[in-house]
Amino acid sequence: MVTTVATTIAPPVTLSKEEIERYSRHLIMPEVGMDGQLKLKAAKVLCIGAGGLGSPLALYLAAAGVGTIGMVDFDVVDYTNLQRQILHHTPDVGRKKLDSAGDKLLAMNPFLNLKKYDTMLTSANAMELFKDYDIIADGTDNFQTRYLVNDACVLSGKPNVYASIFRFEGQASVFGTKNGPCYRCLYPEPPPPGLVPSCAEGGVLGILPGLLGVIQATEVIKLILNGETGDSLIGRLLLVDAFAMKFRELKLRKNAECPVCGTNPTVTALIDYNEFCGIRGEESKPVSEPAGVMPEMEVTELKRRLDAKEDVFILDVREPHEYQICNLNGHLIPMNDVPKRISELDPEREMVVHCRSGVRSAKVIGYLLQQGFTGKLHNLKGGILAWADQVDPTMPKY
Amino acid sequence: MSQIKVQIPTPLRQYSDKQNSVDVQATTVGDAMKALTAAHPDLQRHLYTEEGKLRAFVNLYLNEEDIRYMQKEATEVKDGDTLYIVPSIAGGSFAELER
Repeated sequence: MVTTVATTIAPPVTLSKEEIERYSRHLIMPEVGMDGQLKLKAAKVLCIGAGGLGSPLALYLAAAGVGTIGMVDFDVVDYTNLQRQILHHTPDVGRKKLDSAGDKLLAMNPFLNLKKYDTMLTSANAMELFKDYDIIADGTDNFQTRYLVNDACVLSGKPNVYASIFRFEGQASVFGTKNGPCYRCLYPEPPPPGLVPSCAEGGVLGILPGLLGVIQATEVIKLILNGETGDSLIGRLLLVDAFAMKFRELKLRKNAECPVCGTNPTVTALIDYNEFCGIRGEESKPVSEPAGVMPEMEVTELKRRLDAKEDVFILDVREPHEYQICNLNGHLIPMNDVPKRISELDPEREMVVHCRSGVRSAKVIGYLLQQGFTGKLHNLKGGILAWADQVDPTMPKY
Repeated sequence: MSQIKVQIPTPLRQYSDKQNSVDVQATTVGDAMKALTAAHPDLQRHLYTEEGKLRAFVNLYLNEEDIRYMQKEATEVKDGDTLYIVPSIAGGSFAELER
């Protein structure tokens, strides 16, 4: 059943004296007023992910008085999250993100009806989870879930308030409304794994999810107050470049040939999104990795050889700024520079190649083999992270 | 020939000598992309398939219009236009994707 937000929200609710005081700065502005505040209280918004985007998104929705917020997340707070995931504080490291998020959101607004879903969003549970909500806000971090959220939104007729970030650049839009385009109208297919740089190689400016998550929250609130009007980001892709501080806007069109929302859809039920995104099993293998066995060396074996003063040539294929954080005194050639700096390497020499966790080094070994290297090439299993875990606990991890 | 700017998105700047935009001389969008990949050959395989087709997760916008709804790569360009390369990005909570 396809319904618009405005019609699914019946306003039988009222505000208590405390709520009237809390929301007074909304109540005195004509664009919200009592009617708008009651719509916010009656609204049900499902946030996918309690991470970088989910933090500011959920905090502002809770503060604004959105009555029911659902959060889907199965992750645990890690030290590396604290730079941008502002729902989580230092003492929360190791806790479930949902528990950490729940404490903050309810402390901020005890009138909130918070529903926690400690699960990964999958094709098996998405339709059921979405059923009770008016609006879905996608704050996930991978293509599988992006396409899953999109398709489930189109199939269930719920708007998908979208944002996505990389380094210092972000995108935001509202997809999956009745007359507007969906994510697949813009991007029919995901990139093959390994072709675009992964998040761990890319990094992200800590404020960026703040910027984009607040844009998402703004769009959610506008949908609740005004429905699917022309002022929403429906049919527009907002591009944000935080370093240049430029906001650009591109026109999006509903694609008549879209496989999910077009005139003759071929996707009429949720599919296997891991398969669709070319992910087999748990790991995303880079496309350039050759078939067959990649000889690996355990970090403990490398340590043994170094202690025995064996002549081991270590090639580090990370970026110079990563080398500054920690290193194994390896010869540094960043992955993308290997082709033009290949003359620095002896093709007949035995080498241990490493990166942060083993993906880039595997790609480089595949490349060196293609170039006819005959010396034995070992991929350091688990990369420098494994070294920090198993050999040198004083080494910082990143 | 017109002088236009091609805007390079962050994930692809490592293949454009870290430049965020590249000025090219071109008559059509297709020419502009040829000039771009000639100047920065590493961009070729990231933007195009081996058959030379623009990859499905990359969109080209001339100013604010999607070229798929204009004359695609035959769309003519004029002085001062900006051609945006807009790839899909997925980041959000940035859980570990690299293994």
